[in-house]
Amino acid sequence: MLQTLAKRLLTVIPTLIGVVIVTFLLTRVLPGDPAAYFAGPAANAESIEEIRQSLGFDRPLPEQFISYIGDLATGDLGNSLSTGQPVLAEIRARLPASAELTLFGLLLSMAIAIPLGILAAVKQGSAIDHACRVLTTAGVSLPVFFTGLLFVYVFYFLLGWAPAPLGRLDIFFSPPPDITGFYLVDSLLVGDVETFRAALAQILLPALTLALFALAPIARITRASMLSVLSSEFIRTARASGLGTGKVILGYAFRNAMLPVITTLGMVFSFLLGANVLVEKVFAWPGIGSFAVEALIQSDYAPVQGFVLTMALLYVALNFIIDLLYSLIDPRVRIEA
Amino acid sequence: MTSAPVESSSVPTSPLQVSHPAGGSRFGETLKHARYVVTGNPVTGFAFALFVIIVGAAIFGPAIAPYDPYASDTAAALQSPSAAHWFGTDQVGRDILSRVLVATRLDLTIAVASVALVFAIGGLAGIAAGFVLGWTDRVVSRISDTIMAFPLFVLAMGIVAALGNTVTNIVIATAIVNFPLYQRIARAEANIRREAGFVQAARLTGNSEFRILLTQILPNIMPIMVVQMSLTMGYAILNAAGLSFIGLGVKPPTPEWGIMVAEGASFIISGEWWLALFPGLALMIAVFCFNLLGDGLRDIIDPQRRT
Repeated sequence: MLQTLAKRLLTVIPTLIGVVIVTFLLTRVLPGDPAAYFAGPAANAESIEEIRQSLGFDRPLPEQFISYIGDLATGDLGNSLSTGQPVLAEIRARLPASAELTLFGLLLSMAIAIPLGILAAVKQGSAIDHACRVLTTAGVSLPVFFTGLLFVYVFYFLLGWAPAPLGRLDIFFSPPPDITGFYLVDSLLVGDVETFRAALAQILLPALTLALFALAPIARITRASMLSVLSSEFIRTARASGLGTGKVILGYAFRNAMLPVITTLGMVFSFLLGANVLVEKVFAWPGIGSFAVEALIQSDYAPVQGFVLTMALLYVALNFIIDLLYSLIDPRVRIEA
Repeated sequence: MTSAPVESSSVPTSPLQVSHPAGGSRFGETLKHARYVVTGNPVTGFAFALFVIIVGAAIFGPAIAPYDPYASDTAAALQSPSAAHWFGTDQVGRDILSRVLVATRLDLTIAVASVALVFAIGGLAGIAAGFVLGWTDRVVSRISDTIMAFPLFVLAMGIVAALGNTVTNIVIATAIVNFPLYQRIARAEANIRREAGFVQAARLTGNSEFRILLTQILPNIMPIMVVQMSLTMGYAILNAAGLSFIGLGVKPPTPEWGIMVAEGASFIISGEWWLALFPGLALMIAVFCFNLLGDGLRDIIDPQRRT
């Protein structure tokens, strides 16, 4: 197992190098004056020149690349102009909010999509199969920021069930002690049910918005892969041996059908991390997405770079975990590796 | 991530089956099949009707819009839908129906331009990679892998931020994030045809590799690429609208669906739903239409991949 891990880790390295090169290119080589970007809109020629020298933009590119890597290695992503704080500290403070939202959204969508996909495959051509098709087509066609606004209108303005879409916690509550950074987990850890409920009420709508978006690919692949597994010979054999329907579907078919679903999760994460930015803006969620959007609008360049890099590293890590998960579930993959 | 050819479509194994010089009868047959698909599958017919409406709005939008999309009328601000303003008016009294109609052209242009750009660049790079192999393949596939290492919308944000905040750069960013998709399909399709009978025949009669690439491989993988185009069109619209929703590219007074939803967002909490709803619906219908149309087109060109 350890050897597999090491081998997989090696395959990540070229990807990481690619990511770092692209973020470097995005910062330095593009048309326009990066020093002017970093200096912000209010800078004059003198301060731009100063920044050019302090950031080393007057030196040759390979040299700049080396010092860029040096900065990355020490965790220096530059400073945010608008807050004056180091970008790394800002991102670290806001990452748990984004991670909690994304993971909760993913869990929600898996909880809906996988049973739906299984049911649609088992009862192919039935009403639930059609419902699955409609839901998946709608899910990919709806702009995620539009779904979010629709939810806000219906559940906050019309029905009054949801709290105002303003952040992670109502202002009357104080955030739970920082243990994992996830409000839902932390409030439960200290046994504060009231805060847990308030945090849950806040996160439910944005998470549901994300879930609806991620629903389509998961449900679609679950259905397709269940269909192909259900028509295979070992299922016929299991049925012929008189095993119960539940055992055949969940014990035999589902375990085999899970593999393509897990592979799809990589793509789903790519969608989710992008959609996260839009959902955070709609719900004023204090995560790294809304941080980057604010910086973008103010032409504050360093936070955007830090954000793109963080998201890419996160995504590479997630894909790595999915890869590992895959080899845990399917012994055949382990042998090949 | 190795770039092994993914499950591919119906591969013409025998050169007889391919008979690429498409004659008139072949075209007529395709047309017949197309009519069969459109009439036989009401969903595709519906999508096609929607498509005609959307293209109509893009062409005639400014002509049929009842009001000037830029003309503000503060006396009539924030009115809910009525007979005079079917979709209501926004915070400065502009007619939302007119703005939604006029926006169609810009939204569609951005999507079409980015898809055409990636079709040309990604398609050619993919064909070259799959046909020449070797170093070309390694470099091109590595570029694709690197792009795929980013969450795509995030990379698009970064590209627009770096290139500068303009509509052209939204087109470029959307094209770049779609590059791997086109490149991989073109590569896989070109690769399986590398040693096909008609390619060997062309080689035998003294055609250069470059000529074979352009006259034999390219026309043969065209149908699959066209299907891909209409399938990614919906994503391109969503991507561009998402970017303008967060304030990139299109500047405020310009009517564009994404930015209109963004402007309407702050009025949702106080109950003025029509500001965001109608541009959002337009966006949804356009994406929905292209997704359905893509599925339908795939049925016409590649019946075996039907789901």
